[in-house]
Amino acid sequence: MRMQLSTYVRALWLALASLFAAPTRGAVIPEDRADLLYHYYGGGGTTASGPALLVRKGIGERVSAYASYFIDNVSCASIDVLTTASPFKEKREEYGSGVDYLYGNTTIGLSVLRSKESDYVANTFGATVTHEVLDGLTTFSLGYNVGRDNVGKVHTDFADHVNRYQYKLGVSQVVTKSLLMNLNYEAILEDGYLHSPYRAARLLGLSVPEAYPRTRDGYAMALGIVKGLGSNDGQLNASAHLRYRYFWDTWNIRAHTVDLRYVTRLGDRWLVEPHYRHYKQSAASFYANDFTTQMVFMARDRELSDFSSNALGAKASYQLFNNRFSFNRVTLNFDYESIRYDYTNFTDVRSGRLYAYKANVFQVFLSGWF
Amino acid sequence: MKRRMLLAVVAAICLGGCATEPWVKPYERGWLADPLMSASRDPLSDKYLQHVHDVREGARGATVAEGGGCGCN
Repeated sequence: MRMQLSTYVRALWLALASLFAAPTRGAVIPEDRADLLYHYYGGGGTTASGPALLVRKGIGERVSAYASYFIDNVSCASIDVLTTASPFKEKREEYGSGVDYLYGNTTIGLSVLRSKESDYVANTFGATVTHEVLDGLTTFSLGYNVGRDNVGKVHTDFADHVNRYQYKLGVSQVVTKSLLMNLNYEAILEDGYLHSPYRAARLLGLSVPEAYPRTRDGYAMALGIVKGLGSNDGQLNASAHLRYRYFWDTWNIRAHTVDLRYVTRLGDRWLVEPHYRHYKQSAASFYANDFTTQMVFMARDRELSDFSSNALGAKASYQLFNNRFSFNRVTLNFDYESIRYDYTNFTDVRSGRLYAYKANVFQVFLSGWF
Repeated sequence: MKRRMLLAVVAAICLGGCATEPWVKPYERGWLADPLMSASRDPLSDKYLQHVHDVREGARGATVAEGGGCGCN
């Protein structure tokens, strides 16, 4: 089954790739831009914060390159840690870079990403192809990522690995002069050590080692709609964004995600964007809050349990200035999101109650176009 | 057989589209080029927020933000 699905995805990938032979006109490389960001997450006993940087610069009219750097300073005393291990602090660093090459209406991109922390190193290599047809009204995209991760456990010589293969297909369609739609499909095939060496399952109230399958195939299909909203004088002054994603995998998880955004201009300098996100998933077939009998595969990871989350937030962008200090435009941006997680079959073993918590996510960042 | 038919349908839709006259003219695309219409206006911010969700949820993929391996286990 796994091989058939993989072959099927590859066949679709190649079929669409064959359409990309004839160069036409109209596509452009991404804008030159730099972002400097500070992020903070706090909730469920975990805080993670740090800076991030992304710089993208064109080289001539056909090539655009970017580099990114991201730091997560994590302090973790989550319910998993408090009930099965000791609180810890660690730092995760992520380096990314990539280049896009424009040929006619086709853009070919290559990227590399390395994420490193004390017990986990992830390396991802990616290739993308996007192609515009119908004078730019339709854009097809293909993507392939391959990941090689090394998994460890601090203060031990435990070592294992994860291989990850991602296949992406997308189409973006201009429907009218104020309506955009896009459809995305992604298959993620993983094999290797797919759980945490620190976490434990429960069997009749006692802690026992978790055991996961060593393969997982996940699939996601998403539909996005963007509708422009104008004022009486015909100017665009707001847009409504709706996105729905359905996810399914071979561990029997089924998940629905709905994302709603409304972006509006306030005066000459402000963009304000309230947003709401709902997420709901069913549990993996080998998840149990407390097993009553020994099974081949046993998990008590709350990310694999039945739960839902609701996130409500807002982003605000303020235009600081235009055409100064070598920048065409510079904006200062804030984003806040409050997320509530409600678990329906994961209990806090200290109280016996169903677990729930609230998280705050905050970002402040400067963006400059040059 | 079903797979071949699906591939043929996808190819027919795509190639059929190539023969169609564009129905939104270049001079009518002012709104479409506006940042308000972008699905991912701030790539670094969107990627971070997606990471926040990915590490706490079972689902992943088909998002507007590009990601990679992240020690999410």
